[in-house]
Amino acid sequence: MSLELNLCHMYPEQMNLYGDRGNLIALVMRARWRGIPVRYHSVGPGEGGDFSGYDICFMGGGQDHEQQLIGEDLVRRKGPDLKAAVEDGLVVFTVCGGYQLLGEYYTMGGGLKIPGLTLLDCRTDAGTRRMIGNLVVSSSFGGTVKTLVGFENHSGRTRLGGEVEPLGRVLKGFGNNGEDQTEGAVYKNCVGTYLHGSALPKNPWLTDVLLLRALERRYGRFDLEPLDDVVEQAAHRVAIRLAGA
Amino acid sequence: MPGKIARALDPGVLRRLAAQCPGGIFLVTGTNGKTTTARMLTSMLRRTGRKVVHNRSGANLLGGLTAAFLEYAGWNGRIAADMAVLEVDEATVPRAVLELAPMGAVVTNFFRDQLDRYGELDRTIALVKEGLQGLRDNRLTLLCSDDPLSAGLGEELSGAGASLIYYGLEPGAARDWCVRDQSDHEWAVCPTLAAAREAESLPVANDSESLPIAQDSEPLPTVGIPTAREACFCRACGSPLTYRRRFYSHLGHYLCPGCGMIRPEPDVAADLVSGTALLAFRAGEKSWTARLPVPGLYNVYNALAASAAAWALHIPTDVVAGAIESYAAGFGRMEELTVNGRRLLLSLVKNPVGFDEVLRTVLEEGTGAAAGTGAGVTGAAAGTGAVLGAGATMVIAINDLLADGTDISWLWDVDFERMAVPGAVSSVICSGRRAHDLAVRLKYAGVEPYRFTVETDLMGAVTSGLRLLPEGDGDTLYVLTTYTALLELRADLTNPSRARRFWEV
Repeated sequence: MSLELNLCHMYPEQMNLYGDRGNLIALVMRARWRGIPVRYHSVGPGEGGDFSGYDICFMGGGQDHEQQLIGEDLVRRKGPDLKAAVEDGLVVFTVCGGYQLLGEYYTMGGGLKIPGLTLLDCRTDAGTRRMIGNLVVSSSFGGTVKTLVGFENHSGRTRLGGEVEPLGRVLKGFGNNGEDQTEGAVYKNCVGTYLHGSALPKNPWLTDVLLLRALERRYGRFDLEPLDDVVEQAAHRVAIRLAGA
Repeated sequence: MPGKIARALDPGVLRRLAAQCPGGIFLVTGTNGKTTTARMLTSMLRRTGRKVVHNRSGANLLGGLTAAFLEYAGWNGRIAADMAVLEVDEATVPRAVLELAPMGAVVTNFFRDQLDRYGELDRTIALVKEGLQGLRDNRLTLLCSDDPLSAGLGEELSGAGASLIYYGLEPGAARDWCVRDQSDHEWAVCPTLAAAREAESLPVANDSESLPIAQDSEPLPTVGIPTAREACFCRACGSPLTYRRRFYSHLGHYLCPGCGMIRPEPDVAADLVSGTALLAFRAGEKSWTARLPVPGLYNVYNALAASAAAWALHIPTDVVAGAIESYAAGFGRMEELTVNGRRLLLSLVKNPVGFDEVLRTVLEEGTGAAAGTGAGVTGAAAGTGAVLGAGATMVIAINDLLADGTDISWLWDVDFERMAVPGAVSSVICSGRRAHDLAVRLKYAGVEPYRFTVETDLMGAVTSGLRLLPEGDGDTLYVLTTYTALLELRADLTNPSRARRFWEV
């Protein structure tokens, strides 16, 4: 059986900040090192709407005016099909601005409210102070408790509702809102997070959980071959030390 | 430090010192090219006999500006200078304009840089705009035509009575330099460039919507994934910009199909004489040529920005040309040092666009691809032609202190994939506080694992790098570092006793 994965990069022109590219590179390379080719697709405003062919969707961060540009397109054109695909187990990974747009709404600094996809049960309101710095999180997303490291830079305060689980608990940094110690949100295989850095290369276990879930959805039970992660693990440890966690 | 102390003792000190410059004060701001542009302009002015205050070390916050003036102040607090040329950090522009009341400013460009300090690029641009609106009537504002973000300030500033001067590269230069051939992959999925290509009927690398980036025949496995970048969109109406020509990143000849906004015609333009490092300038009725002694297209823009400012200040063109031709790169801008008979090139890297350009220049030199082309400013990208040398030996040092930018995510937007091209690099030593992150980046770029090692200690890394150079002369260690690592390394390397000691380690 020849394997492959189809990776969809949502709004690469608008939502692409802070090394979001690193997340895509990590997904592509870690599949590839196991002999699984990844096909890269991109979907921009006015395009697509059919998510049945994709295994993993990624959306990165954007500045306020870019979020404004794509908000309506995301909800109207991509919304219904993307939601159905997530119910069906589609793997979705979103960072910062992308994460905010998966919630019910994002209210910007000036008071303008961008309606979101309501894919994740969360709401975001801009705060006055940006939350910037190294972020270390404890997460059991993959079944066992592990750490996630990265960097956050956002003014939005995200509050979770009862339909989602946080991706993890903040050990160092701000996370969703700087108050309740939660970071990120998970619904089925759909993940939102404020971690960039880039997140996936420095947290190879998270990349592998996403790949595994995508492969299992498409091919049934699957065993992911372990890789030599000495270089990544060293960077992970240093990141924890430098964050002072 | 002296500047900071002086300001603490006397908050009005900068205002009073600055008021003593009869010829006025000129600011240089923007993401990239501040230091080189300001140094070139200073040299042009000094060649006319003017005494010029200049913050040479690149200390560009209020403390650094104050210190630059203090250097020229006598015991009585009097300044013995005619003018000042100051590079100013973007976020500091509003305060600097308030305290210095400058006669003019250059805005070089806007790229993503150290975002964690300012929040977002939009905010940075707004700060510069706010500052420049404080320039008094008819003061000079020089903007880069080819950068829609710099040029975009023009519309909003013209209402405020600014005297605007634009500078840019000529179509002839575009012909030679529209060379993102290898790196053009990142535009392959960009509809705006696809449209531009159609208009230009340029060859299209891959116009399918989905790029089969994981085929085994693909030399660069992550080709097709776009990097973070700015200004693909019109800031006035939000439509994607169309480029007729693109030099690097978002710099080029653009127009907006939505609202009709077009690149402003430059008042001062430069063209490259094909295949050489000779620049042909044109400004009004005047034209002149100058040979650029430092490599890189970004340095062409720096020379152009400085020339445009000099032209606006009525400096004779032979003086302008002379200053360009005798320009020696300084303070970590491809600065050449000799350590125990070995050649070492030191270069500051601080954001993806600047890093890409430095990397391109280093790899051209390192592989010998630029041999015989003078300063090596031809646009031939490494990896496109025959590989002649054994590849570059490099130390790359990444720190994450405040002055470097504490967020190192930008490493993922640097085109390190070009280092994975066979023959591009011999070996790389990753150094600095974030050496391990760099190692991860190189691994995912496809650089063979045996080619890179980690040595966090800066001097240790440089020592190891020098040892890797083959015996005899002619080989170079390329040292690319972020700001704080540059300061530390430079202090050690230029101090003879310390340099000797580290060599003996």
